[in-house]
Amino acid sequence: MNTIKKKKADVSKKECVACGSCVSVCPRDAISIYKGIYAFIDRNLCIGCSKCVKICPASVIGMEVVI
Amino acid sequence: MKKHWHEYLWVFSAIYIVLGFLNIVFAWIGLICFIVPLMGAIVNGNKSYCNKYCGRGQLFQLIGNKLKLSRNKDIPKFLKSNWFRYGFLIFFMIMFSNMIFSTYLVFSENRNLKEFVTLLWTIKLPWQWAYAGNITPWIAQFAFGFYSVMLTSTVLGMVTMFFFKPRAWCVYCPMGTMTQGICKIKNR
Repeated sequence: MNTIKKKKADVSKKECVACGSCVSVCPRDAISIYKGIYAFIDRNLCIGCSKCVKICPASVIGMEVVI
Repeated sequence: MKKHWHEYLWVFSAIYIVLGFLNIVFAWIGLICFIVPLMGAIVNGNKSYCNKYCGRGQLFQLIGNKLKLSRNKDIPKFLKSNWFRYGFLIFFMIMFSNMIFSTYLVFSENRNLKEFVTLLWTIKLPWQWAYAGNITPWIAQFAFGFYSVMLTSTVLGMVTMFFFKPRAWCVYCPMGTMTQGICKIKNR
């Protein structure tokens, strides 16, 4: 069986400042700020474009390879 | 993609800074930037102000990204640590209380109005051109004090916008830290 590797954005919840920069830049509306505490990324919607990684002022979003 | 009305709130933030140079009383309008995020956090338990309506964040994003006035580097670890964020919030609140107390001293006629804007809590800038002298002294004193807070944070934000990511200010913004803290407590 073939396994396809995909990249998905991953937030460090503990360090997230919940500013919402990533929300405004996400082309798929995959990100929401969970109760004003941290950014939550819907992995089913994330296409791994890395826009949120680049914009995050705290640099707490990374790309994770998922199978 | 169609733009929402709130994506233009950076215009409001830019005009606010300019108005303070013309007439200091306009500084009072800035209270919106304190009351709205706090109410959002206390009543609704969210950070919709930071997330959607903060004109300052948009302004930094615009200047840093579109005008390319940002190095776009990662912010140093200590600036995003909790002790720095909450420490800066405490420092900010102490300085804010100090400003309220100065307003009270002018209100109770124990001190005369001081017509300057204090940058970075230390540098006193002469600002008498923006005050015509026809306003109740304590109202003017609060305006000078409040505008000092707004100008100082704008300058700090500009500096970190240049060195790090455009919205680096959001990482240690006292309002942002406070509203996130309120949300953490409220949604526990």
